[in-house]
Amino acid sequence: MKNWSNRKSYQKRNLWAGILFGLGFVAFLDETLFHQLLHWHKFYDKSTVAIGLVSDGLFHAFSWFATVGGLYLVADLRRRNALWHKMFWGGKLIGGGAFQLYDGTIQHKVMRIHQIRYHVDIVPYDIVWNGAAIVMIAAGLLLIKSAQQDARSAERLVLHAT
Amino acid sequence: MIAVLLYGGAVFHSNRQRRLRKWPRRRTVLWIAGVFASVSAVAGPLAELSHDQFTWHMLGHLLLGMLGPLLLALAAPMTLLLRTLPVRQARKVSRLLKSRLAGFYTHPVVASILNIGGLWLLYTTGLFAVMHHHLWLHIVIHIHVFVAGYLFTISLLYIDPVSRRYSYRYRTAVFIVALAGHGILSKLLYAYPPAGVPIEEARAGAMLMYYGGDAVDLMMIILLFSSWYHSTKRQRSHIPSTSTRHAHANETTQNAPAS
Repeated sequence: MKNWSNRKSYQKRNLWAGILFGLGFVAFLDETLFHQLLHWHKFYDKSTVAIGLVSDGLFHAFSWFATVGGLYLVADLRRRNALWHKMFWGGKLIGGGAFQLYDGTIQHKVMRIHQIRYHVDIVPYDIVWNGAAIVMIAAGLLLIKSAQQDARSAERLVLHAT
Repeated sequence: MIAVLLYGGAVFHSNRQRRLRKWPRRRTVLWIAGVFASVSAVAGPLAELSHDQFTWHMLGHLLLGMLGPLLLALAAPMTLLLRTLPVRQARKVSRLLKSRLAGFYTHPVVASILNIGGLWLLYTTGLFAVMHHHLWLHIVIHIHVFVAGYLFTISLLYIDPVSRRYSYRYRTAVFIVALAGHGILSKLLYAYPPAGVPIEEARAGAMLMYYGGDAVDLMMIILLFSSWYHSTKRQRSHIPSTSTRHAHANETTQNAPAS
């Protein structure tokens, strides 16, 4: 049974579980796909910007925790019969998109730790990378809005029924 | 060998005491695996190889400083010690555990600095090259790596009794910073190998340190979150049981004959 009152009281937790998991998952994908399998950019590309290296390290550590923590939050929500998939997915898209946008703008452009790819015209890659990030964030926001609408209409149904 | 025998003897002793629950076999297995992992880094073929090659050295470091201590900590040696010793000695040990000094060394921040800071000191200064020329320094550094790794593990995961518990949030925050420190150092080694190490070896070693460290840290993260998850369940199940007790209490007072 869909427990709307549980879902509503744990709305924020559903969202955060999604954001954390999405962030960690996209960071993990970035590392395995582009660093390890395609070798588009490497393990270590830049040896001068100390802050870039520190931010990268902190971000990596955080995303490692976020993946595991996000999944434990899901387990917690299930235990409370409050898992709300639409909200969770909205959070996942926002978290994943935010990571990609951060990677594409701050890490690639401002700190110049690494680029997506070398020895090619970088502009189309940048547009696709950051464009995809913006699309993900927008889709996430729409999903959250729609989830909230679902909750409201379910509430109305309950009111009519009683 | 001695460590395995001592632990085995303690388990035997503890299992003979009827009033105590049987010591889980899983913990004995973890202890043996932990001793094996730690010892293999300082004696035997791996130790020989690690003298000449940085990559093997890094594998030894992972076993001695990370995996070994984690396995040993999971075997809960302090709990076993406390239930094996006679009460008087056990009290002394627990007083020692509660002491200010023990509290200092098992503070998450202090243990992290000893562990990760020690590695920074070893690899970014000339210490690594010097270590290979002095046997005593070699021994001291290896003991430090092991002890610091163990302190780091027990300061973040509470398997044995501890005098002061820090919140999950606090430990998570410290852990993230420590993990980042480890990752940054391994990337730095990739670019700037320690003196006397060829670049190719340093790169392979640094990658091993980075991903191997991630693998062990992932285990620790899962253990940390899993105990967090279970601790909130306990709190939750506690609430309804007290409320039912209240309800019972009310019922009995209401049903009691008016005096």
